[in-house]
Amino acid sequence: MKVYKYGANVDTDVIIPARHLNNPDPKALASHCMEDIDASFASTVEEGDIIVAGPNFGCGSSREHAPLAIKACGVKCVIAPSFARIFYRNAINIGFPIMECEQAAREINAGDQVSVDFATGIITDQTTGKTYQAAPFPEFINGIIQSGGLLSSLKARGVAK
Amino acid sequence: MGMTMTQKILARAAGLDSVEAGQLIEAKLDLVLGNDITTPVAITEFEKAGFTRVFDKDKIAIVLDHYTPCKDIKSAQLCKQAREFAHNHSITNFFDVGQMGVEHALLPEKGLCAPGEVIIGADSHTCTYGALDAFSTGIGSTDMAAGMATGLAWFRVPSAIKVTLKGKLQPHVSGKDVILHLIGRIGVDGALYKSIEFAGEGVASLTMDDRFTISNMAIEAGGKNGIFPVDEKTMEYINGRVKRPCEAFQADPDAVYDSEVVIDLDTLEPTVAMPHLPENTRVVSEVAGLPIDQVVIGSCTNGRIQDMRIAAGIMKGKKVAANVRCVVIPATQEVYMQAMKEGLMEIFIQAGAAVSTPTCGPCLGGHMGCMAEGERAVSTTNRNFVGRMGHVESEIILASPAVAAASAIAGCVADPRA
Repeated sequence: MKVYKYGANVDTDVIIPARHLNNPDPKALASHCMEDIDASFASTVEEGDIIVAGPNFGCGSSREHAPLAIKACGVKCVIAPSFARIFYRNAINIGFPIMECEQAAREINAGDQVSVDFATGIITDQTTGKTYQAAPFPEFINGIIQSGGLLSSLKARGVAK
Repeated sequence: MGMTMTQKILARAAGLDSVEAGQLIEAKLDLVLGNDITTPVAITEFEKAGFTRVFDKDKIAIVLDHYTPCKDIKSAQLCKQAREFAHNHSITNFFDVGQMGVEHALLPEKGLCAPGEVIIGADSHTCTYGALDAFSTGIGSTDMAAGMATGLAWFRVPSAIKVTLKGKLQPHVSGKDVILHLIGRIGVDGALYKSIEFAGEGVASLTMDDRFTISNMAIEAGGKNGIFPVDEKTMEYINGRVKRPCEAFQADPDAVYDSEVVIDLDTLEPTVAMPHLPENTRVVSEVAGLPIDQVVIGSCTNGRIQDMRIAAGIMKGKKVAANVRCVVIPATQEVYMQAMKEGLMEIFIQAGAAVSTPTCGPCLGGHMGCMAEGERAVSTTNRNFVGRMGHVESEIILASPAVAAASAIAGCVADPRA
């Protein structure tokens, strides 16, 4: 559960460059994830690792390939002070957890061992012993996440055939 | 409490008398858009979820514009998947090579966007249609799939930044300079989760093509949408294109805004955004003379007829500098035809520029002008992120068509007024 740390305005072009969007298979996307800002990310990331970044994470393109690529790498969640709004929607819609917490994003260091509790929003940095409280999701959005994503929640509500 | 233009449109679409910032609503959609990169992912999710029918075959638009005419086998597979879906579901507004244009130039031209409508598109620059007083915003492929199945989307009602425009643009200054200036002032997350609402007497002096360019880049300030009020120019534009009834919404006089920015168009100078963020803006004269390798004139931001006219006006009778490759891409077939009739294509070709069929191509480093290591472009596109147009160590300077054309001739970043 080690942390990869990046700065502000991590854009979707560096999360997954457009030259790789011609193959939307999540595993193929994962193999190129973050390659334009961190060439070793895809080869070193392990199941359960966490990305901590600066404000406006995921800005730029609407490509859902970006959260798909991060999710397919095995990343457990992204922690940032704020997310670009399309990335925010996309992450929720595909059931990939993101947490908004300014203090955690500022204080957690690269390589720290961090655990997260999605039910309570509590982030624990086991390396420093500090804990942080992420902003809670509104109930409606929590419902989408609990259902496993937007389409499952729509099916559950019976709004489409 | 008064509502903004965006809030009024969302209230109507949600079947509510009023809404306020922060409220979560479900809105009825007038159009759901996707392209050749995002639609295939949406189709896969649509089918995986077990959906079998689209909510309305006339209210979905699929435009194959990013990697087309297909650049490789994988992109051809994506287009094939989108084409088959469009055929199987009898999608009325499916645009393939030969009819397609860059989506955000094409849809308004085809009359598919109108004042007061709610439009989502699986492309971040869907916010372009705010120029027509529509609420339009970019979403991802899963939202597109849900939109195609249900005709609904969830939104958090945005608060707003009011941008008041004063005065009138000076020669060689256009909508691109307005929006780059604004992004430079408020930053790439300055309007995060918010709508940008344009107002003031300066709006009247802007052409529709200026307004499309400005709304197009609202997302580059993090905005949910960028919206203009309807006036005579809007009505003139939609007249003959939009054949269904539509309703314009003006902001209430007591609408509440988080903040206000005033832009004086009279004193606005040609503005560029330096690598690698659209907020790194400079007045062009500050960076004039910087060597370049490529110029791109086109895209959903600046591939319309006004942009072609401005570029051709500067390039007429001149030659593209020997050290520069210049690629001109009219955004739609209608723009291409009109530019041909006016002799603009001849000007570009005689100047030594390459002219391409409509495509998003180089804007996202897809094809038709990828850059090598260490190269630098002046481009009328909308993003200058690391690696956006090719090699991770290439650079993009965002600029207006006037600055781009002047730079192509000069062989370096150039002020069109010089």
